[in-house]
Amino acid sequence: MAELAIDVRGLNKHFGTHHVVRDLALQVRPGEIFGFLGPNGSGKTTSIRMICGLLTPDSGEGTCLGLDVMRQSREIKRQVGYMTQRFSLWEDLTIAENLDFVARMFGMRGRREAVTRALADLGLEGRRDQLAGTLSGGWKQRLALAACLLHEPRLLLLDEPTAGVDPKARRDFWEEIHRLSADGITVLVSTHYMDEAERCHRLAYLAYGQMLASGTGDEIIAGQHLHTWAIDGGDAPGLADALRALDGVDQVASFGARLHVSGQDADGLAAGLKDFCAKRELDAEPVEPSLEDAFIHLMRDAPDPDA
Amino acid sequence: MNGFSLSRWLGIIVKEFIQLRRDRLTFGMIIGIPLLQLMLFGFAINTDPKHLPTAVVMHDTGPFSRAWVAAMENSDYFRIVGSVRADAEATELLARGAVQFVVTFPRDFNRDLVRGLKPQLLVEADATDPVAAGGAISVLNKLGRSVFAPDLPGAMRTPGADPQLIDLRVHRRYNPENRTAYNIVPGLLGVILTMTMVLMTGLAMTRERERGTFENLLSTPATAFEVMTGKIVPYILIGLIQVTLVLLAARWIFEVPMLGSLWLLYALVLLFICANLTLGITFSSIARNQLQAMQLTFFFFLPSILLSGFMFPFRGMPEWAQAIGNLLPLTHFLIMVRGVMLKGVGLDMLWGQIWPIGAFILAVLAVGIKTFRRTMD
Repeated sequence: MAELAIDVRGLNKHFGTHHVVRDLALQVRPGEIFGFLGPNGSGKTTSIRMICGLLTPDSGEGTCLGLDVMRQSREIKRQVGYMTQRFSLWEDLTIAENLDFVARMFGMRGRREAVTRALADLGLEGRRDQLAGTLSGGWKQRLALAACLLHEPRLLLLDEPTAGVDPKARRDFWEEIHRLSADGITVLVSTHYMDEAERCHRLAYLAYGQMLASGTGDEIIAGQHLHTWAIDGGDAPGLADALRALDGVDQVASFGARLHVSGQDADGLAAGLKDFCAKRELDAEPVEPSLEDAFIHLMRDAPDPDA
Repeated sequence: MNGFSLSRWLGIIVKEFIQLRRDRLTFGMIIGIPLLQLMLFGFAINTDPKHLPTAVVMHDTGPFSRAWVAAMENSDYFRIVGSVRADAEATELLARGAVQFVVTFPRDFNRDLVRGLKPQLLVEADATDPVAAGGAISVLNKLGRSVFAPDLPGAMRTPGADPQLIDLRVHRRYNPENRTAYNIVPGLLGVILTMTMVLMTGLAMTRERERGTFENLLSTPATAFEVMTGKIVPYILIGLIQVTLVLLAARWIFEVPMLGSLWLLYALVLLFICANLTLGITFSSIARNQLQAMQLTFFFFLPSILLSGFMFPFRGMPEWAQAIGNLLPLTHFLIMVRGVMLKGVGLDMLWGQIWPIGAFILAVLAVGIKTFRRTMD
């Protein structure tokens, strides 16, 4: 097997008394698209920053692209493209000036050509002298991606890259990510969107700074040992709460007008639902639990070490 | 039209107070700046300075000389700091700014006085700051024959005698025409640099952090040293342009003399710019946003103009205020600039002002590096 792109163990980070990342262990294979999921404040951004050399872990060990994360952060930065959560290029520089600046920061040879090529790939040649601050959200995101690809990194770290971007731009963005992955670039991406999670090869779920599950989407779903029933007419008032009160029901999640009722006790759940549906004249059918069901279950069971 | 809602209105007021309280630096400034102004304007500033350091050159140590010196001290305006033998030594004290006045008693002063020959008494004043020397000089003119009366022989005490016993000559050195521009224009050099250098660098760094672009910069292989110095150099150039503009105006509009070396002056300017930039960078790592950087700059700027001797005579201030003033780079820079431009002094006489600025840079740098490291992680 080829050397892992990211291979870290026991990474910890504190901010003051707050333990933000706890014993993070992560293995990402080259060329893989690896998704980071978890609620806000679960330590996704901090983990990404530690891997790309922006933050030094308090403790832990491991490598990123074969380089030591504790000691070789400068070398790591050279080969990693990091796209921040918030647009962090200079709004008072033009598109071309931004790209040129980033190219200089990475000490690139053939800077001019690289910038021209990037502008052509973006389709922004005609707007090269437009200020970056005047771009729309989708374009800013594309420019930011182009800027972190400029120095031809082997690893891309994307921190919620599609937040606040319209669905069409999001789809285009993910197609680009898959193209890059096909070219052999490893991608670590954090997201809150389930459809994006499903596009990743493998996933990790973080909560309260701890990794609760990792693997392919199917592995994570299987790991929760959930049994799920779908009920139509879930928008009826009070229905979800009534279902939650049933024996054997661990969680109820709405998907539009459908409700997913899940529990780990298959027989108890089936029995409880049968009675309930008969009384209310509802139809329930067993379905495969979705990734979202699995994540909701993970979150529900997540122990809060600070609580 | 909407009516006025008291509860809505109160809601806005309460929210404003909550936010004000959270922003501790702003809150501190609101309390701190009036207190600072009160202390400075109320206690520190005195436009009629007394106890000005004076050196005496005694070529004749007779009773009349001693009586005159005693009278000067009794006037409260002069503080005799030493007696020197050679005129050259006295001139150097004046040039270095160690004394404000030099009083020279010529040979045979006592004998000539008794004989009614009206001997010359030379008082040289450092008039670079006309305000500082003004009060003392006017007092000198009032010290008349009464000073000598007890020691005079009988014939000279009669009412009909010539009231003028000596020929008092006051030389206003370095600024014979008493022009305030001589003092203000070189001083402005320092004030302008303090204001822009500290503020511009303070804003330059906090702006990156406020807009989130700092994170981007950190994710590149650029080192902290590259980032810091790279951001500073443009402001050094701007500072040099400012200095050149002020110097051109000094020469052609205000006709301020330039007696010393221009190269030396620029070298001193660079040192002073360094001091201010270090402070600006340190402020920027303390301040969380551009507003705070601006407030910190103001908090530093206020004592700088008031306590440095730019606006009010340095020697007029009480000792505690002078002690604070001596910590500020502007105080030392003003002495150096006035020295080079108006007195033509060379580097050898400036070390006493250079090392405090150097110490300031090192101290501020230490704080800056400490806080900067903390903001990186």
